[in-house]
Amino acid sequence: MPRATIIRLAAAILVLTVVTSLAMVQVDWHGTAASEEAAPIDTLLEIVIVLSSLVFAIVMVMLGYSLWRWRAQPGDESDGEPIHGNTRLEILWTAIPTVIVLFLAAWSWFVIRDIEAREPEFMIVNVTGQQFAWKFQYPQQRGEAFEVPAAFESTELRVPTGVQIEFKLHSLDVLHSFWVPEWRIKKDAVPGITTRAVVTPNREGRYALVCAELCGLGHSTMRAPVFADSPEEWARWVAEQTGTKPRGGSAAGGS
Amino acid sequence: MPRALFGAVVGGAFGFGLVVALRAISGLEIFQTEQTGYPHLIVPAITAPFGFLIGLGAFTYWFSWAAGSPTVPDDHSDHGAHSWRDYFKFNTDHKVIGIQYMVTTLFFYLCGGLIAMLMRAELAQPGTQIIDPGVFNGLFSTHAALMLFVFIIPVFAGIANYVLPLMIGAPDMAFPRLNALSFWMLPIAGLLFIASFVVPGGAFDAGWTGYAPLSTGAPLGQSFFNLGVQFAGASSIATALNFLVTIITMRAPGMSFWRMPLLVWANFSTSLLVVSATPFIAGAQFMVLFDRALHTNFFDHLAGGDVVSYQHIFWFYSHPAVYIMVLPGFGIISEVISSHARKPIFGYRLMALALLGIVVLGFTVWAHHMFVAGMFSWLRVPVMVTTVLIAVPTGIKVFSWLATLFKGVIHLKSTAMLFALGFIVTFVIGGISGVMLGMVPIDIHTSDTYFVVAHFHMVLFGGSVFTVFAGLYHWFPKFTGRMYDEKLGRVHFWLTFAGMLGTFMPMHWLGMTGMPRRVADYAAEFAGWNLVVTISAFVLGVAQLIFIYNMAVSWKWGPRAGANPWRARTIEWLVSSPPPIFNFDEIPRVVGGPYEFGVPGARHAILAGEQEVTEVRESEPAVARE
Repeated sequence: MPRATIIRLAAAILVLTVVTSLAMVQVDWHGTAASEEAAPIDTLLEIVIVLSSLVFAIVMVMLGYSLWRWRAQPGDESDGEPIHGNTRLEILWTAIPTVIVLFLAAWSWFVIRDIEAREPEFMIVNVTGQQFAWKFQYPQQRGEAFEVPAAFESTELRVPTGVQIEFKLHSLDVLHSFWVPEWRIKKDAVPGITTRAVVTPNREGRYALVCAELCGLGHSTMRAPVFADSPEEWARWVAEQTGTKPRGGSAAGGS
Repeated sequence: MPRALFGAVVGGAFGFGLVVALRAISGLEIFQTEQTGYPHLIVPAITAPFGFLIGLGAFTYWFSWAAGSPTVPDDHSDHGAHSWRDYFKFNTDHKVIGIQYMVTTLFFYLCGGLIAMLMRAELAQPGTQIIDPGVFNGLFSTHAALMLFVFIIPVFAGIANYVLPLMIGAPDMAFPRLNALSFWMLPIAGLLFIASFVVPGGAFDAGWTGYAPLSTGAPLGQSFFNLGVQFAGASSIATALNFLVTIITMRAPGMSFWRMPLLVWANFSTSLLVVSATPFIAGAQFMVLFDRALHTNFFDHLAGGDVVSYQHIFWFYSHPAVYIMVLPGFGIISEVISSHARKPIFGYRLMALALLGIVVLGFTVWAHHMFVAGMFSWLRVPVMVTTVLIAVPTGIKVFSWLATLFKGVIHLKSTAMLFALGFIVTFVIGGISGVMLGMVPIDIHTSDTYFVVAHFHMVLFGGSVFTVFAGLYHWFPKFTGRMYDEKLGRVHFWLTFAGMLGTFMPMHWLGMTGMPRRVADYAAEFAGWNLVVTISAFVLGVAQLIFIYNMAVSWKWGPRAGANPWRARTIEWLVSSPPPIFNFDEIPRVVGGPYEFGVPGARHAILAGEQEVTEVRESEPAVARE
């Protein structure tokens, strides 16, 4: 292939890659990020989007070019050039994708370690899924940044920001799955075992806990409200739930 | 056929009577109607199909042989089909069986597609309009079961059944009777799935994945799923055995493995997957059926069972299954692209090795369906590595097809070629989302969302189904001796391509932003794109009717086609369209590679009676390798 053509094709690939990457990265794929875990996951997605744009651009440019350049004219009954292969090219397109995918796997491994790293202090919330509702139980516990003076249950999930929370997931009947999209963390609740998911919420707001494993008739409506509060607000809520004074704050007033 | 239906009734009655009699004798309640029970319906659901097969004559030869009666070797006089009635018989001609498979699977495709239209009609707007949640769960479960088990897997068996023996210069498959039996187990499987709609409790509704314990506690329809899978699985395994023996032992003289067309390589690889993996889903479904009907405790955690183990066993088959659903399609694409671009397949040997690479790697990735399932967390990382590595042999194939187009003579008016080219675009998109899903941190967020639905439809529809269309259009003249309407074919392609993109591309976004899958209803924020998806899906659905019309009308009234309308080089194109009843008067001789386009004087195979030509020596090709 003449050098000029190679350069033009490479340029087309580069342009298409850049345009696709920019467009795709601009899209707010995940929506609101409300946990510490979200940032590395969202960054990883952006990286894979860029690399995917490159692969997609290569495929589309080469496909488009071939279809345009070597399209059969009506009545053309001839054969094409009998090119059987090119060993160097085949080695390249085996080795380079291998490197790319292993790079993605390696980066992913670092992200897993990052998002699942345990803080020395964390709060435990027991989550129980049952056809078709969620229940939350806060065991009595105490830490630097949080305190649950007495165990209590709730049908809404309220957590303080800035605290690592270990959700211990239980199911009383079939498989359910604990997912708060804004936190990017999901884990199945399995009858017979306790599974765990770790999240550090970092943005106040109201979210939804969605069941993400088919559990029967009420699967689409198995949701619970989720509130990420400031630690002070959360402490007031705990006080209300347990009928005690919030630590370090006034006893009066609700959230 | 009438005898077969009578056999079904007798078999069903026998099963029913057996249960009633045994329960009466044992002093048990005769009609046990516990949710997971109904033995008086489950046993007939097993014995009626066998009665049907016996009445059809599927086991007649084997019964005679087993009884020691003198057996008359099959004289194959039933070969060929002279009227539509012949297609409703137990016929051992691989070409008849191929047509039976293709028509039956396309029927189930339409059933599954109709179900999809109903689902999308409900999902057009938030809230419940026409389908309530219980029915909806049954709809997506049967949609998937029909599409996967009785459409996509067996349609490739059908195409290969017809084409492959011709392509390797064989007079038929190695085991023609087993071949016919394989086919007839297929409508049985589909009917069992569909029958679940009318049994107490309604259609099975735990998804095609049937996870325990939702499946173990589900109503009777679930048992029909368990049974249907057995028949579909047995059909698939028997066919795979047949292909393996046929390919290994019945290639024409001169056809070494390295002179086999890639369709043969693809079916060889697929058959290796089928025979080794399918028993695992049979096992998983038996275990669920036994937990339900026989009160075993495989998946009952209160009795020491292990819930997550279902998923391991199920996915150990179901991941290789997705390669079973696409590898034959890769073979078809190689045949179509080389013929319609007039070029040898670029990198033929690596293409064949890549198929085998996918087979091996395909067994190491099953747990990527379980990254959030609560399995041992260390397993996620090695499985992530093997999962992303599968992109390498798959990428090799895509790049090779692209290189095959290079400096070709590309016939864009041919519908088969359009589907092959469209496949490259949509399959690459699906493959990219697959790599994303293989990365654990991304999968944690996107697992069980519409992002997954987007991914697998891109690779199953934009991938497998497009290859099916490419193959059906490519070999239609060979099957029927007539040409289809190319203009209607192009309309089918463009509407399908656009409809497909409009239906499944927005689902990536829906999943990422928070819409879970398998839901009859969704939050209001997802309404806009769901409407777009539904409208596109309706376009996609209507487009398929154009295809059916084209196939049916052209088969009956299309202009006659010659032996080789595409001027392709593989052996099936050397015989008439349709082929002679016994394929070849004399077995052909293979003298070169299957894709020697552009090499003057090159021949792949010589039929008997032709002048011997100087064999093209492969060590000195006419044009040097670049």
